[in-house]
Amino acid sequence: MTADGLAVADVVDRARTSGVFRGFVLALAAYVLLFAVGLAVPGVAGVRNLVGLIALYFLLVFLLGIHWRHSDNDVALIAGFMLVIYVAFAASGMALGLDLNGIVNTLRRLTFLTAVYAMLVLALNLHWGYAGLFNIGVAGFMAVGVYTMAMLTGPVDPGPTQVGGLGLPLWVGIVGGMVAAAIAGFVAALPALRLRADYLAIVTVAMSEILRISYLSTTFQDAIPPLRFFGITFVPSLPVGTGGGQGISMPTNPILALFYTNPQDTTSAPTALGSLLFGIGRQFDVLDTVIVGWAYAVVLFVFVIAFYWLLVRVGNSPFGRVLKAIREDELVAKALGKNTRRFKITTFMLGCALMGLAAILWQGSQGFTNPGAYRPIQTFYIFLALIIGGAGSNTGSVVGGAVFASVLFEGPPFVSRLVSKTFELRASPGNFGDAVAALGRFDFGPLFAYTLHNISTIRFILLGVLIIALMQRRPDGLFGHRKEVAAAVDLSDRGGEDG
Amino acid sequence: MDLTGTRMRRAVVERPGLVVVTLLGVLLFLDLVRRVATGQQGIAQLVGFLWDGTVIGLVIGLAGIGLSLTYSILNFANFSHGDIVTVGGYVGWATTFAIAGFGTANFGDLVLLGASGGVSPRSIGVTVTTTPLAVVAGLVVATVAAAAVALALDRVVYRPMRDASGISLLIASIGVALALRYAVVFVWDASPQGLTAASDILSVRIALPGGHFTLGAHQVTLVVMALLLMAGLHLLLQFTKLGTAMRAMADNKDLARVTGIPTERVIRLTWIVGGGLAGAAGYLAALERGTIAFNLGWLLLLLIFAAVILGGIGSVYGAMVGGLAIGVVSRVSLVWIPADFGNAAAFLIMILILLFRPQGIFGGVETA
Repeated sequence: MTADGLAVADVVDRARTSGVFRGFVLALAAYVLLFAVGLAVPGVAGVRNLVGLIALYFLLVFLLGIHWRHSDNDVALIAGFMLVIYVAFAASGMALGLDLNGIVNTLRRLTFLTAVYAMLVLALNLHWGYAGLFNIGVAGFMAVGVYTMAMLTGPVDPGPTQVGGLGLPLWVGIVGGMVAAAIAGFVAALPALRLRADYLAIVTVAMSEILRISYLSTTFQDAIPPLRFFGITFVPSLPVGTGGGQGISMPTNPILALFYTNPQDTTSAPTALGSLLFGIGRQFDVLDTVIVGWAYAVVLFVFVIAFYWLLVRVGNSPFGRVLKAIREDELVAKALGKNTRRFKITTFMLGCALMGLAAILWQGSQGFTNPGAYRPIQTFYIFLALIIGGAGSNTGSVVGGAVFASVLFEGPPFVSRLVSKTFELRASPGNFGDAVAALGRFDFGPLFAYTLHNISTIRFILLGVLIIALMQRRPDGLFGHRKEVAAAVDLSDRGGEDG
Repeated sequence: MDLTGTRMRRAVVERPGLVVVTLLGVLLFLDLVRRVATGQQGIAQLVGFLWDGTVIGLVIGLAGIGLSLTYSILNFANFSHGDIVTVGGYVGWATTFAIAGFGTANFGDLVLLGASGGVSPRSIGVTVTTTPLAVVAGLVVATVAAAAVALALDRVVYRPMRDASGISLLIASIGVALALRYAVVFVWDASPQGLTAASDILSVRIALPGGHFTLGAHQVTLVVMALLLMAGLHLLLQFTKLGTAMRAMADNKDLARVTGIPTERVIRLTWIVGGGLAGAAGYLAALERGTIAFNLGWLLLLLIFAAVILGGIGSVYGAMVGGLAIGVVSRVSLVWIPADFGNAAAFLIMILILLFRPQGIFGGVETA
């Protein structure tokens, strides 16, 4: 909270008019009431805890709202937001009866997902927010980055369970993956940028599907076959495979080298840093794997900062000003002598390279990847996060990634578990028919239990409805109103109200 | 002669890419002729490819009509169209099983197509020859249900956004697609359901050089039904006032409005026709495959887009022909490439069309 300059009277005033605060008061009153009742009736503890949790959520949202209005500092905004998410999830975890290790691991997962989505959304923001390029083939460019990296660094003579690679060092693989993703972006952009925005959309999604089909295909599973035409071999066979549907293994996570003397083997002796951190963790019953995971998440956050910094720099550079001009009115940019096509292609390639890097960092945590991770739905997740944050704003991209990862992706299963635990629901019926059949007896329990049980399906429906609602009511997202003007100096700002 | 020479020279200079692509196409055709002549490519297999391509192409064309119409009239690429296909397919097949299995199995199990584990749909023995009434009723219900869903979606989602940009509508349609697809999963489960047993279906084996070629009753049903529906649409468009109004809207919206065409009524009719045909396509596709899955329409969607772009956005007849072309390309391309790349070839054709002739072969409404 930025306490300075924030009068108590203002908060009180805000609290009087805020619906969220009223919700908090109501939930708090209900909590107190249930507490009093609970002294006499023992069965209400679960409901009481849930109501208490709801009161906490309301309070957090209210505080966040105040923070939002009074903070001009984007870093403080993001930090405040992450803090609220951590507190909300930690409290929910406690209510679920998770131990400290479970809670720390939940927060690790949130941090990890927030970081990967923030990176991907930042990269997409460069395309859509800055240059107005409607790319819905993000998953395809991610796949190119990860697969190229895995194929470059794979073992030269693989065992029976692995596919061959070129055996190059990790950094070559990462750079190679980014370059390959950029080249894929070039191939997609060169022709498609001549077309309308919705054609670019169709071309990119088709391209991402062609790429996924290729990685899934058995043709390239063990080795790339020679390219032959009319009996002439143009490209010889390469002993590098994609692994087909079984996926491909990736190099050992380099973070492990910080913790173990032999990174390949997690039973080997820990390094000095490893033994120090593991020792602290054991004091609190936190598992070693959770600590390694946290280290990875922290490294990812450093990358988020780097992405953010890079994009802010790009956005404020003369290059970025041309991009914004293209987004606002391409004809004018052209008339001013800018080669808009070249600007767009360069931007598209840069964004694709960043998508490739983000995907490498994401998939690199698990040492394995397969084509199932690059379905078009992945692209839509990233797009939804961008819309939530507001296209065109880098801070919005990070917050959008965090909202998506926590509230929309991890949140529903948590809520489902909390509700199931509180109300001790009967077992879910195995199918929709039994759930609906009970409605005939005015028994809503089975349908409710079925809904909670299938929360991962319901989550997709909610995401879809949310996309529609956002496009209808708030197409600008949380930060879309903060227009970054194309000019170096805001020409429209004449000291009056900001438009 | 001299004139065509000049024109050709100009074409080579101005559009080298187009020339290269055309040459490549000619080369592939010559290679196909060579393969057949030398016996490297069996005629039976080639006929099989062509027939399969026609069958899937008619499904794509049927579903493409609605996409093409809404693309030109409402000016946005509707990514939820594929899931209308799925919804139509599921509702239609639920009806078919409710009728065919009436009395022999629990109603709920039948409607859920065995997702409840209560009954195996294949054991009911639905085929077009043994239970024709159930199949026709299913097709009718699929059409009506998909039309109703499309109309309801327009009312709730798209109508409040009439003034929004095409991209906003496109993004909203992605949301609709997600919601629809997973609503289907919520009811019918994510694992695919078998509908008909291949051994029950009447089929004819025709001997041809290099093997034989099988003609299934369900494939024939699909072809006949699709052609009937297309003919019906043709009559509607050519001989009714609303049909004329629809064509006028697709051709030039502003001009249509000036002449006093009731815009909203035509848009509603467009959703009914487009959604209904999509539902029928979903039902027929599931009939031909003998299985149904929640991503049926989503997997078809890009092929449908390819067909619509190939035929020219806004052109109904273009969508039909484009569908056939895309279907045939995705199968005949298997002469050269492995089986898992059939769809990739179709997408490639779409990208090439977008590059070299964005208005489509039928030159529908220029939208590029």
